[in-house]
Amino acid sequence: MGIASAALALSATACGKSSNDSGSETDSKAAKAAIAYDIGGRGDQSFNDAAYAGLKRAEDELGVKGSEAEPSEGEGDADKVQRLTALARAGNNPVIGVGFAYAPAIEKVAKSYPNTTFGLIDDTSKTGKNIANLVFNEEQGSYLAGVAAAKASKTGTVGFIGGVEVPLIKKFEAGFAQGVKDTNPKAKVLVQYLTQPPNFDGFAKPDLGKAAAQGQLDKGADVIYAAAGLAGSGSIEAAATAGKWAIGVDSDQYNQAGLASYKAKILTSVTKDVSDSVYNLIKSVKDGKPQTGEVRYGLATDGVGLADSNPEYKKMTDLIAAVDKAKKDIIDGKITVKTAP
Amino acid sequence: MMKFDKDKLILGAAGPVLALVSSFVLTVLVLLATGLDPIEPITLMIDNAAFSDIQVLIVNQTGIYYLAALAVAIGFRMNLFNIGVDGQYRLAAMVSALVGASIELPGPLHILLIVVVAMLTGAFWAGIAGILKTTRGVSEVVSTIMLNAIATSLVAWLILPKNFGFQPEGSNNLTTGEIAESGWFPGIDMGEGNGVIYGFTFVALALGVVYWFVLNRTRFGFDLRATGASETAAQASGVDAKKMVLTSMLISGALAGLAGMPTLLGESHTYSLDFPVGVGFTAITIALLGRNHPVGIFFAALLFAFLDKASSSLDTEGYPKEITKIMQGIIVIAVVVSYELVRRYGLRRQQQKVGEELAAGGAIKTDKEVSA
Repeated sequence: MGIASAALALSATACGKSSNDSGSETDSKAAKAAIAYDIGGRGDQSFNDAAYAGLKRAEDELGVKGSEAEPSEGEGDADKVQRLTALARAGNNPVIGVGFAYAPAIEKVAKSYPNTTFGLIDDTSKTGKNIANLVFNEEQGSYLAGVAAAKASKTGTVGFIGGVEVPLIKKFEAGFAQGVKDTNPKAKVLVQYLTQPPNFDGFAKPDLGKAAAQGQLDKGADVIYAAAGLAGSGSIEAAATAGKWAIGVDSDQYNQAGLASYKAKILTSVTKDVSDSVYNLIKSVKDGKPQTGEVRYGLATDGVGLADSNPEYKKMTDLIAAVDKAKKDIIDGKITVKTAP
Repeated sequence: MMKFDKDKLILGAAGPVLALVSSFVLTVLVLLATGLDPIEPITLMIDNAAFSDIQVLIVNQTGIYYLAALAVAIGFRMNLFNIGVDGQYRLAAMVSALVGASIELPGPLHILLIVVVAMLTGAFWAGIAGILKTTRGVSEVVSTIMLNAIATSLVAWLILPKNFGFQPEGSNNLTTGEIAESGWFPGIDMGEGNGVIYGFTFVALALGVVYWFVLNRTRFGFDLRATGASETAAQASGVDAKKMVLTSMLISGALAGLAGMPTLLGESHTYSLDFPVGVGFTAITIALLGRNHPVGIFFAALLFAFLDKASSSLDTEGYPKEITKIMQGIIVIAVVVSYELVRRYGLRRQQQKVGEELAAGGAIKTDKEVSA
């Protein structure tokens, strides 16, 4: 077994010296914060970009120095542990893992670095004294979109397009369908998912979103809500080209430069304020009162919501009244929105 | 005879060396074209590889790639292109994780059960392509690609909470539930902050020895190589070619199933939505680069693991780590081109030699031994 011993020797050569040792200049002078991205990395026009926007704002307003790290394709938990450890060791505080995939890694690393705050977006399964679980009530925002869709629809058929069939996106579906049914019990909700994990093309490829929207339009849908990241721009294109309503997701897509030619038909967008959650966590650490435990962003705190930038939307007083009432009912606890379809 | 072997060795090494050198040169050119320092990222990566935590990641990844590449290589030796290693690997990891999490047995038995289930699942999935090929003549290239897509859908369906999956409270992940500690494969702890070398890595290396022995020292291995070289000729000499196709597909699938074991038994202890994917595709390049030879594959796997892991922190130094993806991509093309060049050169050389011997009135020597 020469090969095995060679492999052992290889790992033993620099024994005791870890890559994390090198970046361990402790500096308390300049505050540092770091983000470790989800698959897709920066430039996904969605989740990761929103997290980056939060970091950027913290850099500009709080003067912290931001670092970013991207995952590699096909990596495992061990790689995430290594990445987070390197970021924590380099003096970043907080270290934020974007997406549920970081949960097991953060649980491990948080124990080794008790004085560093770790942010974990979209997951509350792993908790700790120095872990802030940043979660969102996506289903509440989607419920409002369902109310708006049911009110705006003339055919009584509306469409939901999910990027990848994962529990997170099912929350969007559940809230949307419930909002539609509560507003118009006779309405029909067409549901389609673009891909199944581990194929994450459904968040990335606009042509998939376009084809799915086309299919729903053919079946008579006249409002289409896509929770599909970048792929959603394809369904917005299809719906707008056909003169039907589209509902955007994550950020206010009415104001997105890439979608300017379709914006007249973007009824509204379900916003999810990942950027604020990142900023707030960094600020809390800088102020010496780091967030810990579950930090929930719902309708009540405007962490999720419905955008109203489209002038056409503002003219629909009947629709706005229904949305506002639903919002109030959810905040008051009169309506409980389901998180799974 | 000895002289011919030496030629073969030089020609055999020429392919990979040519491929690596040209991919290195092309990567440097790409970096220059984008206005980046072409040398610094490479020195950074070498510096990174000196750290023991990165080394542990490299060693572990080498084991995973090695198993998957052996799965591809055994197909190649038989002239079969199993592109379905990735699907076989994922399905096997999922099913074995499921079985492992639902049953509790004393230590070694528990691990053995999980490993056997993984091998059977992988073999079953590859076997479908094998049966389609032997009974209906369906190209395994097409059927294994399609089976990859079907495996994706099947795994996605199986892991739904309403079927066999499990959604931890407060998580957006889906898992198969955690395997009890008796089903964890012990590893070598390299110390705080350095990580653990998966025990299964050594199983992977041992399988390399088994692979070499079976292919080169058994009747089965001879039949396999003979069928790979020429199916009709092998059949004429009494080898049941159809049986060989099916058997090698089954073995390839079983090995693909094992490729998920280092991660499953050593780290995650569950199959979840973020289980590593794409291993089976990288393995094709590794098998090609390693010329289907167990030692060649080892170094190719080590190289790819190094490129993957040592590049992880290039981002923070201002270099896109995707340059290693470019490098790996160029290696694929360079490998195919340079092997063809070397093969043609070797063929011409051989013909020349035969011509010379004929001219000299000597006997024709045709001890041509073709390897995949």
